[in-house]
Amino acid sequence: MGMQEKMHDDFLAAGGMEKGALSQPLIEVRELSYSFGDKAVLNQVSFLVEKGEIVGLLGPSGAGKTTLVHLLTGQLAPKSGSIRIAGAGREETKAGRGGKKTAANQTAMGIMMDHFGLYERLSVWDNLKIFAKLYQVPVERIDFLLKKAELFSEKKTLVGRLSKGMRSRVNFCRALLKQAEILFLDEPTSGLDPATTAKIHELILEQKNAGATIFLTTHNMHEAGKICDSILLLNEGKIVERGKPGELCRKYNLENKITVILKDGSCQILHSDGGSAKKMAEWMRTGELVSVHSSEPDLEQVFLHLTGKELNV
Amino acid sequence: MNNVGTILQKQWKDTWKNKVVLIQFLMFPVLGVVMTNMVKIDGMPEHFFANLFSTMYVGMAPLTSMSAILSEEKEKNTLRVLMMAGVKPGQYLAGIGCYVYFACLLGAGVFCALLGRMGVWQVLLFFAIMSAGILASMMLGAAIGVGSRNQMAATSVTVPVMMVFSFLPMIAMFHDGVARAAKLTYSEQVRILVSGLLEKGGDGSGMAWVVIGGNILVFGGVFAALYQRRGLA
Repeated sequence: MGMQEKMHDDFLAAGGMEKGALSQPLIEVRELSYSFGDKAVLNQVSFLVEKGEIVGLLGPSGAGKTTLVHLLTGQLAPKSGSIRIAGAGREETKAGRGGKKTAANQTAMGIMMDHFGLYERLSVWDNLKIFAKLYQVPVERIDFLLKKAELFSEKKTLVGRLSKGMRSRVNFCRALLKQAEILFLDEPTSGLDPATTAKIHELILEQKNAGATIFLTTHNMHEAGKICDSILLLNEGKIVERGKPGELCRKYNLENKITVILKDGSCQILHSDGGSAKKMAEWMRTGELVSVHSSEPDLEQVFLHLTGKELNV
Repeated sequence: MNNVGTILQKQWKDTWKNKVVLIQFLMFPVLGVVMTNMVKIDGMPEHFFANLFSTMYVGMAPLTSMSAILSEEKEKNTLRVLMMAGVKPGQYLAGIGCYVYFACLLGAGVFCALLGRMGVWQVLLFFAIMSAGILASMMLGAAIGVGSRNQMAATSVTVPVMMVFSFLPMIAMFHDGVARAAKLTYSEQVRILVSGLLEKGGDGSGMAWVVIGGNILVFGGVFAALYQRRGLA
């Protein structure tokens, strides 16, 4: 077995996945480390991203999420470790000082950073037209994307006059302009209202269905649980857990309890054992049972369990 | 070439809505037209305002606009987004540089018109003098823009530097000591060359060109050093 195959299998094992589950990793990160001066931000981070999946990098503020995206998109060069992005034709192995930035390969990725970087004195359409020309895509795609993002009526509005949610959608449209195979989205819904967040989620899922691979960072566990196929939990520069959201929650369901709501409004917490099954059967027979709920932890609780920290800090 | 053209077009559209930059391109040409036509004082040298304001224009407009454009793009992260879209630093600088250069040449055209009838050779020489001054000024503005982290930092450096280079030629007219020091600056040499063009028909001093060239080299060196250290975005 070659080294790469072994590493592949190690990743799968670490992620609780069966051998062969990942046939074609699009992004392969090995023992990636980065520091700002003496402050280590990322420490020996390794993971694989399969083609066509949405991977969420979940962690509290300051965990190193944005730094990792900057490294993946070539805005920073790794201090040690390697990054291979097949779709972008990018292979960067770095050891030592400086590193080699691979800006040319950024053109194969769609990137939405947490900073908007939009020209506020120009209209929505003019902003996107600049990038359509740089990517050499037909300007008709701008109208198509603006319609998708429900921004077509604002195409002549100056970006400086848009709300944060609208700017975020313009930013998203810009990332989609060149129909890249890989999308890097850094906190795509940070600070947005629920309606705009839902719209962005809808657009992300549309891209996934169209075949794109999406790597997004978030500190919102609901977002991660809702749209991500797999999750990397990052804490203090290290990946502390990885896997599918549901599987992670089940893995850390240490209490093994269920919550039952009865007709009289009372809430009963039962252990999963034979006695509870008899009670449940009785309530069902008498029609007292209204609903049954799992007591599985959510991702927030999993993170808290693993690190002793809350995510939304 | 596509990227350079796109940056140039972007800047053209943006400038019409960017008062900070727009005013730099318009202020001295407008002042020149107004003062030349409204102020008539006995004994005042012919084309006094056109000569003086063209010199001040060269010292101010390219410098402040280059520094303002670069520092704003850095601060608002638009420059970083352009780099991520595949624009090379050289392409960006070429696009912005071309834009500022040609916009300033339009202003120079106004001063050329104010200087009255000149022969073709004199007109060409005038634009060559202005071009050299614009290039020196742009290089200095680009160095300040690259070296500054944000607009506020850039402005705090640009304003005093711009005051020195644009006002020194005027002060030099009234003070011999200042005039001696000013001879080392491109803006004073531009004034001397334009004066020579008007008085002697273009038999300007070769030393003036050497000083302007030297200024361009020094500013270029400062720009290169800052670019090496800080990068563009």
